[in-house]
Amino acid sequence: MIGHRVSEFAVGLLFGLGLILAGMTDPGKVIGFLDLFGAWDPSLALVMGGAIGVGIFAFAIARKRTTSFFGGAMHLPTRSDVDQRLIVGSLAFGAGWGLAGFCPGPAIVSMAAGQPKALLFFVAMMVGMGVFEVMERRRDSGKVMA
Amino acid sequence: MTIDWTHFTPWASLLGGVLLGIASAAFVLLNGRILGISGIVGGLFRPRPGDLGWRAAFLAGMLAAPFVYAAFLGPVEARIDAGWGAVIIAGLLVGVGTRYAAGCTSGHGVCGLSRMSPRSLVATLSFMLAGFVIVFLLRHVFA
Repeated sequence: MIGHRVSEFAVGLLFGLGLILAGMTDPGKVIGFLDLFGAWDPSLALVMGGAIGVGIFAFAIARKRTTSFFGGAMHLPTRSDVDQRLIVGSLAFGAGWGLAGFCPGPAIVSMAAGQPKALLFFVAMMVGMGVFEVMERRRDSGKVMA
Repeated sequence: MTIDWTHFTPWASLLGGVLLGIASAAFVLLNGRILGISGIVGGLFRPRPGDLGWRAAFLAGMLAAPFVYAAFLGPVEARIDAGWGAVIIAGLLVGVGTRYAAGCTSGHGVCGLSRMSPRSLVATLSFMLAGFVIVFLLRHVFA
């Protein structure tokens, strides 16, 4: 079990280093990519390309497996339906991403790097996730009563 | 459209992206899970037995990243132009939005597109569209 924790820590570290090297932890760079009609910085397209170029092989292997290399269950998503929650949620996320230049991973890394605005963003993000939890629990209890 | 050559970092961004891909690959093959930050953090709100340890270990690794980076490569730069109020609104939108969408740039954008999920394609196009529109409005309409 301790080996698992070490590997998860190492993967988190590698992911964080990838975000920094890629420029994702710099909101100025993220907004430079989202600013199609200004001076456009295409770097983030290469981040996506590099990540997916590796990921596509890993997920092709993962899809065929019934257990992970550690012997645990595979927890891969099974849904393929597109609903309103997916689209409206993603639009809200994208609006917040464009507004500050942070998405969840880079905000966590920037917070650890000592950026006060990243810390504030993280706290607001946790409040937002808490709001979602409250709404979901209300929705679930509403279903039980109905 | 003009290209911002002064800020364009093709090799660092490509290499950084490859590291994100390797991390996502390692996570799904070793742990059998999607490396999605909003899901990993959001799952802390509803802890199940045996579920907290791996989330905490992964997040601790992420928190260590800027220190490791600073030790070998230099300080982590960040240009944050948004004001305090905008940062709060942005954080709330990202928190609520990613949980309703069940994923963010990592879970949908990297892992979802890598496994060719139609839901993730729709999510990625939606959040990128919203990002493009907001930045257009902020930089070219209300600036």
